[in-house]
Amino acid sequence: MSCQEARSLLHAFLDDELDLTHSLDVQHHLDTCPACAREHAAQRALRGALRDEALYFRPPEGFTARARAALRATAATVGAADRAGPAVGLLWMRRVWLPSGAAAALLAVVAITIWRFGPGAPGPSADDLLAQEVIASHIRSLMPGHLTDVPSSDQHTVKPWFNGRLDFSPPVKDLAGEGFPLTGGRLDYLGGRPIAALVYKRRQHIINLMVWPASSEADRSPTAAIRQGYRLLHLAHGGMIYWAVSDLNDDEMKEFVGLVVR
Amino acid sequence: MALRVVEERAVARFEESVLPQLGAAYNLARWLTRNEHDAEDLVQEALLRAFKAFPGFRGTDARAWLLAIVRNACYTWLRRTRAQEVTTVFDEEVHTQDGDVLNPERLVLQEAERTRVRQALEELPVEFREVLVLREIEGLSYKEVATVADIPVGTVMSRLARARGRLQRGLAGPPDEER
Repeated sequence: MSCQEARSLLHAFLDDELDLTHSLDVQHHLDTCPACAREHAAQRALRGALRDEALYFRPPEGFTARARAALRATAATVGAADRAGPAVGLLWMRRVWLPSGAAAALLAVVAITIWRFGPGAPGPSADDLLAQEVIASHIRSLMPGHLTDVPSSDQHTVKPWFNGRLDFSPPVKDLAGEGFPLTGGRLDYLGGRPIAALVYKRRQHIINLMVWPASSEADRSPTAAIRQGYRLLHLAHGGMIYWAVSDLNDDEMKEFVGLVVR
Repeated sequence: MALRVVEERAVARFEESVLPQLGAAYNLARWLTRNEHDAEDLVQEALLRAFKAFPGFRGTDARAWLLAIVRNACYTWLRRTRAQEVTTVFDEEVHTQDGDVLNPERLVLQEAERTRVRQALEELPVEFREVLVLREIEGLSYKEVATVADIPVGTVMSRLARARGRLQRGLAGPPDEER
């Protein structure tokens, strides 16, 4: 492969968007060409700088609450407009754009009450219920101070920490080399039993991996689901049940789970 | 003005799939507008637009879908208020000279360096800024970037290469004294 070819593929290589053959060709070229290797190193350094968490802008306080309030106001208006005719709704929408706090809060309370006590759906399955618990645990873990009981990137610190806290020893792997650094572990309670929650990171995304012993030795291949915008993958492997949950994309979730049971 | 149950259900369904993406929406809007207040207003506007369009949404990638709507809202706003910023980008060949290569050691992530990176990124033309933010900071795949920015996947790659080259040159130049 010439330098020119290598340079034209360098960015796709860097972004893991090349197929295996091309990827190996580029790697081979980089191993033998110092100039291209230097450019590659520089691009990696630049990427490192850009992936700095400080560059991710977090929304200001109360942002989600304000967005929800505006959403509910609009939903009501759209509904009212459907009933009364088109023009009113748009006028209304402008006026309630930034609704007064009190009105919005009242609206939210009314709305949640209706949602809570409105007619229910058919009964959920056992996996559905468990999925709900896993999601709830994931969301709770993201609240300040709840993520880990033992914050450590060392598998030899995290694994023994569970000794005496659980009646099983969860497999703990550090996947930092694969881009999923371990950041710690936590005790949690799911499906009526204490379990191990292992916490991994991918860029600024958190992955919770819940682990507990399976009731049978049979492996079960991964099953995927999406709940509340989070992705869930669960499987049985080597006598353990694994549930992984995160806001990562589908491919990265599969990659992660593949590495866990590798 | 209570919500009727049918509206409540529509809101709940929408909130389930779209609200977890609000952080990503805000980050993109904040980078495109370079302004906190306009970012919040535009995300809200986009969110309400998304809500109305939601019954027609059949995809599985709610993040890319919402980000595309946020991006459109931001571009409309930029055209109205900062027309000179939105120019047509020509995705010509990339020319990188070795002299421009950034020294990895120099990118030690100290606060000063961090500020320079942020500044250099903010100074890029919006079309370059957006692909870098979507790819590097938000971590989208080429395909997802293509959906959000409404360009072919091949263009994502060439535009990223150009954007990185420009950013490197911006960082390699002498640091700005004032700003």
